[in-house]
Amino acid sequence: MKPAPFAYARPKEWSDALRLLAAGARPGAGTQSLGPLLNLRLAQPDTIADLRHLPGYAGVALAGGAIRIGAGTTHAAIEDGAVPGRAGEIMAAVARRIAYRPVRNRGTIGGSLAHADPAADWVAVLPALGATAIALGPRGERRIPTVGFVTGIFETVLAADELLRAIELPVLPAGARWGHWKFCRKIGEFSKATACVLALPGQAPRAVLAALDAPPLVIEDARALMADPVAEAARLLDGFPDLTAWRRAIAATALRHAVAQASAA
Amino acid sequence: MSKIAISLTVNGTPEQVLVEPREQLADLLRGGLLLTGTHVGCEHGVCGACTVEIDGVPARSCITHAGSCDGAVIRTIEGFGDDAVMAALREAFAREHALQCGYCTPGMLVAARDVVLRLPAADEARVREEMAGNLCRCTGYRGIVRAVLSVLADRRQVTALG
Repeated sequence: MKPAPFAYARPKEWSDALRLLAAGARPGAGTQSLGPLLNLRLAQPDTIADLRHLPGYAGVALAGGAIRIGAGTTHAAIEDGAVPGRAGEIMAAVARRIAYRPVRNRGTIGGSLAHADPAADWVAVLPALGATAIALGPRGERRIPTVGFVTGIFETVLAADELLRAIELPVLPAGARWGHWKFCRKIGEFSKATACVLALPGQAPRAVLAALDAPPLVIEDARALMADPVAEAARLLDGFPDLTAWRRAIAATALRHAVAQASAA
Repeated sequence: MSKIAISLTVNGTPEQVLVEPREQLADLLRGGLLLTGTHVGCEHGVCGACTVEIDGVPARSCITHAGSCDGAVIRTIEGFGDDAVMAALREAFAREHALQCGYCTPGMLVAARDVVLRLPAADEARVREEMAGNLCRCTGYRGIVRAVLSVLADRRQVTALG
């Protein structure tokens, strides 16, 4: 199908983008998620503000012991190693499995997180990595932990007048262990269950269970999960009473695989 | 809704066009510029038939608004006439029976050319992974994979000899 009519604006400055947002515009980045929703007429905004021309929207910088990733950085750039260090290795492997390369060439990390599709990869992975969302609103920048950032299906804690400007990540030690497993019947399709585990030396491991038609479940202290993934997965999945049996089984499998990867030497 | 004036380069030719904000690049190419080699399939980024090159990399023209392509350099399947890699792929697709009805082929070729240039060491598993974003309902993919692998192998041999 073709989208319902809308107006298009291309802000060149962040202040212009915020003004457009205040007037009700829907922000757009790579439109690889929004575009299909527009074509299916599931989204019918009056105006789209194309954020791709904002200064500093894409790109990665190291500052103050943290990695700042512009919200407009594409999945393909991350796949190709734009993010340095151990976090970059982890993120490159995740990015390679997002949709397809022609989609990754335009789709952005910030657009994906702000869009908040429960099955999206960064929605699961960024909380596991301990990332912080940097939002820009009329009162300036606001730092929001990505744990708790997504509150529902296509819902986040971003206020109506705020834009997602960047993602900030801690620099991970080289010994950081990582597990990530998602279930897709076909390469590139939406995940039916995603699990991630990050184990930093000397700290309790953190796990995330996502893509279950709900906001991601973050397990801040995943020691019990690491010790007995089968029993602990069953206990955690009791918190998802609406899941069908096969989704429960796949989610439990995702947790077991992610734990096994993060436990391997 | 008022139209947007954009300038873009398509297959080496500068174009100045007025587009509706909701107009997808695929529809501008086909309906506006009469470049009907770009095919529209699923219109939500899954089937890959509409894949074209935008600023040197493959992208979906069915979920890229034409209005967002101001200043962009676009290359469609019609724009690869003098490209040696594409010539080798075309020949390999024909030889390996990598197409039947041909609807997916323009998108397949644009995606395959990117695989050949970006991943010169790709093996069969990697080619299958990378080509998973282009659906073919005729061939069953064996011929497509063979065609891409044969171009990769030929290029590796040339590199080894060179």
